[in-house]
Amino acid sequence: MIKNILNLGDAAAYCDFGSEVNETINNNVINYFNQIKELTKNEKIQGITNLTPSYNKLIISYDLTVTNFKKIKGIIENLEVKETFKKDNKEIKIPVCCTEDFSLDFDRLTKKLKLNKDKILQLYLDKEYFCYMTGFIAGMPFLGDTDKNIRCERLETPRVRVPKGSIGITEQFANIYTFESPGGWNIIGNTPKKIFDNNNLNQPALINPGDKVKFYQITKEEYLNWNE
Amino acid sequence: MNKSYFEILRPGVNTTIQDKGRYNLYHIGISVSGAIDQRNYKLANRLVGNNLDEAVIEFAYQGPHLRLKNANINFAITGDIFFKIIRKNSKIEDGECYRNYLLEEGDQLDIISTKKSAYGYLSVSGGLELKKLWKSYSTNTKAKIGSNNGNKFSSDDKIFITNSDVKNFLEKKIDYKALIDNTIRVIKGTNFDYFSKQATKNFFNEEFQVTNLADRMGIRLKGHEIENIKNTNIKSEGLVKGVIQVPADGNPIIMLSDHGTIGGYPKIANVISADLDVVGQLTPGTNIYFKEVSLEEAENIFKAYNEDTKKYLNESN
Repeated sequence: MIKNILNLGDAAAYCDFGSEVNETINNNVINYFNQIKELTKNEKIQGITNLTPSYNKLIISYDLTVTNFKKIKGIIENLEVKETFKKDNKEIKIPVCCTEDFSLDFDRLTKKLKLNKDKILQLYLDKEYFCYMTGFIAGMPFLGDTDKNIRCERLETPRVRVPKGSIGITEQFANIYTFESPGGWNIIGNTPKKIFDNNNLNQPALINPGDKVKFYQITKEEYLNWNE
Repeated sequence: MNKSYFEILRPGVNTTIQDKGRYNLYHIGISVSGAIDQRNYKLANRLVGNNLDEAVIEFAYQGPHLRLKNANINFAITGDIFFKIIRKNSKIEDGECYRNYLLEEGDQLDIISTKKSAYGYLSVSGGLELKKLWKSYSTNTKAKIGSNNGNKFSSDDKIFITNSDVKNFLEKKIDYKALIDNTIRVIKGTNFDYFSKQATKNFFNEEFQVTNLADRMGIRLKGHEIENIKNTNIKSEGLVKGVIQVPADGNPIIMLSDHGTIGGYPKIANVISADLDVVGQLTPGTNIYFKEVSLEEAENIFKAYNEDTKKYLNESN
């Protein structure tokens, strides 16, 4: 449950669910997120302009001409939150091509982890991942947890441009760069799959919090011929 | 009839379509975008008799040079802007901000530069011919969404105009005094205790300079390095416009309209809502100070800001 509600500036409430990152805490965040989103949609709560769920926090932005921190805090504290999180969330399979031109950081990873490329890939592909949150750039999923043996910190100097479709790992997380963007994650491959589609107005992000994700390897030829 | 549009003779450095912004999409990674200076965007619309949520053309530093095709329009420019109107008979007029003008077929509008601020706004009566995406016209160049396919304008683009035939031109003016202040008011951030006593003292007492790394995403500052005594990273969490993050190098970054929706640097403070327009308009090289206010003070200052905006909006009637 929420441990503490603070103000983030004068136009957002900062709900703190704890300091650890795990699925139980994240499910709690998602339950609150779903419920407040529903109440906002049905106009049961006025003035909420944005909700940002993350691993263990939920930020509620509001319109200061309509409401204020005290009112929002009161509403959140009195909310009876239902278990809206479903155990049968979507399972999504993502193709990934790991040829040398795509796996930009394998040299670094083999040195740091003292494992060869095949072993790193095997440990990476064997796991099913949980989507904790989506964001930073449109549709980027934050997935976890990676195998303990392939955890590695971010690059010392982040890249100015990470190619679109890149699959990155850092610490216990994996992600997908849905657009070309600056970034410091260790890049191990690239997916041709469309992860963010702004023509799909109701569900533009393919992977949403609570979803399960499994990666499978494809060849360069399959990558180049990918057609959606 | 032929379509009415602005031909782009020079696009300017960062010319985009903006409005109030795009809301309720942080959870999939889409920031609000919208006009950096919300008050000036509203005033621009009011000067040409538009609804306040109509799309406007936002430009930064060097603005666009446009030629009007197949239309007679009523336009206004807000901000601190140096611009000229080049009539089709080659007569040149010096432009004045905060009033409207009649621009006729074949006339040119040359928005040469902003003066002591970063952004300016061009409104056209009846608005621009654009489609909304998720209830907003705003161009978001990071997610490649919104007007002009999510891109800033280039020379090959055209800016189409909805109402192309102004018959009754009525002059409107607003006697506007720009908010210029080097003191930015902030509320303590959620990670204020990550920084040393000396660092937080410096934060409120020493000046910071706006660097060249300033755009619609955010503004990087330099000054006294802010010493972190706890951890230079936090578990990534949501950001909002006005958050001041401090990465490992100790130099603060203020988040603006196109910020990433999630960030992992500790937050030392948040700019109050009433000062966001001023912060957005800061130009590289400017020295600023931060002043702490309470949440209650911030709410009252915002009320006054909002009343002031209304007062200016009513003035043009």
